[in-house]
Amino acid sequence: MAERYKQQGALAHLHLAARTAEGPEDASVRLIERPFQGQINLRGEIGDEAFRSAVESVAGLSLPETPNSFLEQAGRRALWLGPNEWLIVLADGEETALAEALRAALAGQHASIAEVGHSRTVIGLAGARAREVLRKGCSLDLHPRAFGPGQCAQTLLARADMILLQADDRPTYEINARRSFADYVWRWLEDAAREYGCALVAE
Amino acid sequence: MFLIQCPWCGPRDETEFGYGGEAHIARPAGPETLSDADWADYVFMRKNPKGVHLERWVHRHGCRRWFNMARDTYTHQVLGVYQMGEPPPGPEGGDG
Ligand SMILES: [Zn+2]
Repeated sequence: MAERYKQQGALAHLHLAARTAEGPEDASVRLIERPFQGQINLRGEIGDEAFRSAVESVAGLSLPETPNSFLEQAGRRALWLGPNEWLIVLADGEETALAEALRAALAGQHASIAEVGHSRTVIGLAGARAREVLRKGCSLDLHPRAFGPGQCAQTLLARADMILLQADDRPTYEINARRSFADYVWRWLEDAAREYGCALVAE
Repeated sequence: MFLIQCPWCGPRDETEFGYGGEAHIARPAGPETLSDADWADYVFMRKNPKGVHLERWVHRHGCRRWFNMARDTYTHQVLGVYQMGEPPPGPEGGDG
C-alpha cells in the first residue's frame, strides 16, 4: 500500500475543488470526483458453499449472482463483474485489512483476492440530464426499463473502459475509470455535459 | 455494427467484443507424430465460409468471458450463442 501522505487523486492536477463556483445555478448535470475508494477484485466459485459463506462472514456482504447488478450492505458494495468475479467497494483504508482477512478465510480454496482501488478513480455524474450525457458515449440501453438503481455494467464510455453503476433514480451514476484514462474521461464528460449546464460539486 | 448477445451480460454493441476465429478446432492428441502437412492444417487452415460459421468471441470490454457464436458471415445475422465446451445448438450444429 502507498504511503498515505503521498496519495494523490487521479484528477488532482485539474484542481476541481477550486472550480465549484463556476457552474450555473440551475445546472441539470453535476460532476464530482470521488477519489480513494477501497476496491478488491474477488474471484471464486459462487456455487461453492465454503467460498460463499467465508466471504459473507468476513466481508459482511452477499455476492450478487445476477449479471450487471450490485448489492450494498453497511456502506460496502459488491459488484457483479463475471460469473466468478466481483468488485468489492469499501471505504479507503479498509481494503488491506479486508483483503488479508479474506486471504486467511479462503486459504486453500481456488480463489483470488487483489486490491485494485489505486488503479481507478470514481467520477460521480448526477442530475436530470445525466442520462443524456452518458448516452453520447455509451452504447448501453440506459432507459429506466433496461438499466436502473442497483445495476452496474462493464462497458465503454467514449472508447474508454468503465464500470458504470446507477445508485439512484435522480439519476445518480458512478463511473469507475482507469487511473490513466481519468483525465480523458473527465474532460469528455465535462464537454458532453456543457450544453445542459454543468456544475462541479465538492464532496 | 451489430448487437451481440453475451451469454452473461445480455445484448451489447459489437465494439465491446473481440473475435477469436473459428470454433471447435481440437488440438491433435499427438503433435510429435503429425506430418508437417497435418500440423499446418491444424495451425493455419480455416473454413472461411459464405454462410453459417461457428466462431469464438470474447466480451473484451465487459465480463471478459469467451463464448461461441453461430453467425452468418454473409448477412451478419447472429443465429445463436453458446458456452465454451458446448456443442453447437440447432441445425447449424451440422456444420463441418
Ligand atoms: Zn459479457
